[in-house]
Amino acid sequence: MATDIGPPDYKTMLPPVIQRNYGKWRYHEILKPGVLLHVAESGEALYTVRAGSPRLLSTDHIREICDIAEKYCEGYLRFTSRNNIEFLLDNKESIEPLLAELDGRNYPVGGTGHSISNIVHTQGWVHCHTPATDASGPVKALMDEIYDYFVTMKLPAHIRIALACCLNMCGAVHCSDIAILGIHRTVPKPDNSRVPNLCEIPSTVASCPTGAIRGDMKNKTVTVNEDKCMYCGNCYTVCPAMPIADPDNDGISIWVGGKVSNARSAPTFSKLAIPFLPNNPPRWPEVVDAVKNIIEVYASHARKHERVGEWIERVGWERFFNLTGIPFTDKHIDDFTMATETFRSSTLFKWG
Amino acid sequence: MAKSDTPLLDELEGGKWPSFVKDMKQAAEKNPMAKDLMNQLELSYKEKIGHWKHGGIVGVKGYGAGVIGRYSDRPDLFPNVQAFHTMRVNHPTGWFYKTDALRNLCDVWDKHGSGLTNLHGSTGDAILLGTTTDHLQSCFDDLSGAGFDLGGSGSALRTPSACVGPGRCEWACIDSLDVCYNITMSFQDKIHRPMFPYKFKIKVSACPNDCVASIARSDFSVIGTWKGKISIDQKEVAAYAASGLDIQKEVCDLCPTKCMTWNGDELKIYDADCNRCMHCINLMTKALRQGKEKGATILIGGKAPIVEGALLSWVIVPFMKLEPPYEELKDLILRIQDWWDEYGKSRERLGELIKRLGMRVFLRAVGLPAVPQMVKAPRTNPYVFFWPEEIQKEVK
Repeated sequence: MATDIGPPDYKTMLPPVIQRNYGKWRYHEILKPGVLLHVAESGEALYTVRAGSPRLLSTDHIREICDIAEKYCEGYLRFTSRNNIEFLLDNKESIEPLLAELDGRNYPVGGTGHSISNIVHTQGWVHCHTPATDASGPVKALMDEIYDYFVTMKLPAHIRIALACCLNMCGAVHCSDIAILGIHRTVPKPDNSRVPNLCEIPSTVASCPTGAIRGDMKNKTVTVNEDKCMYCGNCYTVCPAMPIADPDNDGISIWVGGKVSNARSAPTFSKLAIPFLPNNPPRWPEVVDAVKNIIEVYASHARKHERVGEWIERVGWERFFNLTGIPFTDKHIDDFTMATETFRSSTLFKWG
Repeated sequence: MAKSDTPLLDELEGGKWPSFVKDMKQAAEKNPMAKDLMNQLELSYKEKIGHWKHGGIVGVKGYGAGVIGRYSDRPDLFPNVQAFHTMRVNHPTGWFYKTDALRNLCDVWDKHGSGLTNLHGSTGDAILLGTTTDHLQSCFDDLSGAGFDLGGSGSALRTPSACVGPGRCEWACIDSLDVCYNITMSFQDKIHRPMFPYKFKIKVSACPNDCVASIARSDFSVIGTWKGKISIDQKEVAAYAASGLDIQKEVCDLCPTKCMTWNGDELKIYDADCNRCMHCINLMTKALRQGKEKGATILIGGKAPIVEGALLSWVIVPFMKLEPPYEELKDLILRIQDWWDEYGKSRERLGELIKRLGMRVFLRAVGLPAVPQMVKAPRTNPYVFFWPEEIQKEVK
C-alpha cells in the first residue's frame, strides 16, 4: 500500500460554481443570519447556509448531514475553522427549503456577522489525559444559554469564544474575545515508586517554566518546590508519574479581550478576568453566568464595530471591572517573566 | 422505565444547541466502545476528574505520527475503552468535502472504530476518536484506499491549514488553499515522521483578517497582503451611505491610521499611510478593492503558553510574492527548520529559541535582512551586541 499520499486534493471537493469562479469573487452580502451570498465577477452567485454543530459527531449524524447536502446542494459542503457546517448552493430556490429542513431537524443557522459563532474547544474528559475540566459539556451548557446570539446579529461586533481544558491549550484560546480555560490549583505529586521507571529526570526538570522542579538523584525521582509551582501541568505531560488533577481544586478561569484579526487594532492576547470558577457538571452554572454577564455588559456598552478588547481598551480595565462587578484581585497582577510591562507607570487612570 | 446509566450526561441532551450527548448515544446504540466511552465520561462528571492515561507509543507502519495512543485508567469498569486511540486524518484543504468522501470516511470508521469523530480537531484534522491497537493498521489501509492519509502529531510538522481564500472570498490576496495543499504534499515526510525538537505549525490566511488565526496558532504564519492603492468605486460608496452606513463614524473614525476622508460626496484614501488593516474593506466590500500587487507577509514564532509563555507571530518578511511552485517560501521554511533543528532544545518551539538566542542570530543564520517592519519600535536598552567584523581589531 502506498504511503504519504497526502489528503485528497481539495480541488476535487469544490462545487462547480466555485471551480468556475475560483479566485474571481467580486463581493459578498449577509442575506440574513447564517445565509451568505458571494457574487463572482462573472455574475454567478454562490449561497452559503451556515449551521452550528457539536463538533463531536457520530458517523450517523455525519451521514444525516450528507443526506441534507445531497438533497439541496448536490453533495457539496464544507466545515469552518469554528466547527460550523456550511452547505454550498448555487440555486437560490433551494435556500428556503434547506432552511426549513434544518429548522425541522434542530440545526441552528447563524454564526455570521455581529454574532457569537460556535465555540472552538478541546477534548476535555472525553478523550484527553491532562484536562482540568471537560470541554464539550461547558460548551453545550453555554451555547444553550447564548443561543440567541448565534442566530441573530445584534451585537456591536462578533464575539469569538474558545475553551481549552488545560494550559496546553490545544485549542489556542489565548487570543479570544472570551476564553474559558481549565486550570489546576494544586501542585503535582511525584509518585516516587513510578518516577524512576517512567520519567527522564533532566527533561522533567527542564519542563518547568519557573524552575520549581529539582532532581533527587539519590532516589532517582524529583521534588516540587510548592512556592514556585503555578500548576501549569507541563511536568505531567513529560512525566506521567506526577499527576496533577485534583477534583476539589481544578476548575475554570475566564479571560477577555483577545483578538486575531488585524482589523482596526493589532492582534492581542486575552487578559485575565476571573481567576477561578468551580467545576460544576453537568451544566457549569457559575461559568455560564459569568460569561453571559460579560457578554451582556459588553453588548450594552460597546460602540458599533468595537470588539470586546477594543471596548475595554477605550473605557479602561478599571471600568471593565466596575461595570461587570467582577472583583479585582492580586491574581490579576502578572508575576511571570514580563510582568512589569503590564504595571501602570503613569498617573493616567480612571476612578472606575 | 429503566434507570439511566448516565443521569448527569442526560441533562445535556436538552436545550437548543445541538447536543454531543445525543451523538454519543447514537453511536453507543451500535458500538460497545462508544457505550463505554459514554459511561466513563459519566464517571468523570460524577468525580470531576478525567480517566485517561498517558498514551503509549502506537502507530502504523512507516509513520511516527498521526495516531495518539490513549488508554482508560478504569479498564476494570470500561473494558471496551481499555485502548481507545485517536487517528488524525488530514482534512481536504479548506475543509471542503463532497459527501461521497465523507461517507467513505464514515464507513471506514464504523468498520474499525467507535463511530465517533470530531469535525474537526484543533489542528484542523478530521479526528477519528477511539480504536484498538490491532485495528490501527487495517484502518489506515482502508483510509488510504478511500484516498485519505494521516496528519501530524508529536514533534512533527503538524497538518497545515488554510482559510477558505479564493474558494469563496473576494479578499484573498494569495491562493491560501493551493499554498497550503502544496506545502502539505511537499512536506509529507516531515508530517509523518517526527524529527524536530518539538511541534511546528504552519497556517495560511489569505488576508489580514486571518480567519485561521495563523498569527496566534502557528510557528510559521503566512498572511496575504498587498501593495498599491486601494481602488475606490465612488458610486458604490454613495450606495453604502444611502443604505444607512455612517461612513464618517463607522469607517473613517475607526481607521487606525486616519488615512481616509469623507466629505459626504467623495471618499479619499492616503494609501501611503494605510497599514492594510481591512476595516474599511470589510465594511464596504463592493466599493473598495485591495491594491493590485498581491503577496504575503511572513511571520514566525506564534504559540500557546507552554513553556515560556504565549507568543504572537512577528514579521520576518514584510512582502513575498507567492506563485506556484512556491520555491522561495518552501526554501525559507527549510532554512528556518534546519536552524531550529540544529540549535533548539528538546521541546523548545521556534519562537522560544529565537527569544533565547536573539533575532540578530536568527536573521543571520537564515539569511534575512533586518528591516523596520519587523519591530513595533527599536530597542530601549543599551545592551547591544556587535559582530566581530564590525569591530576595529587593532588600535592604531
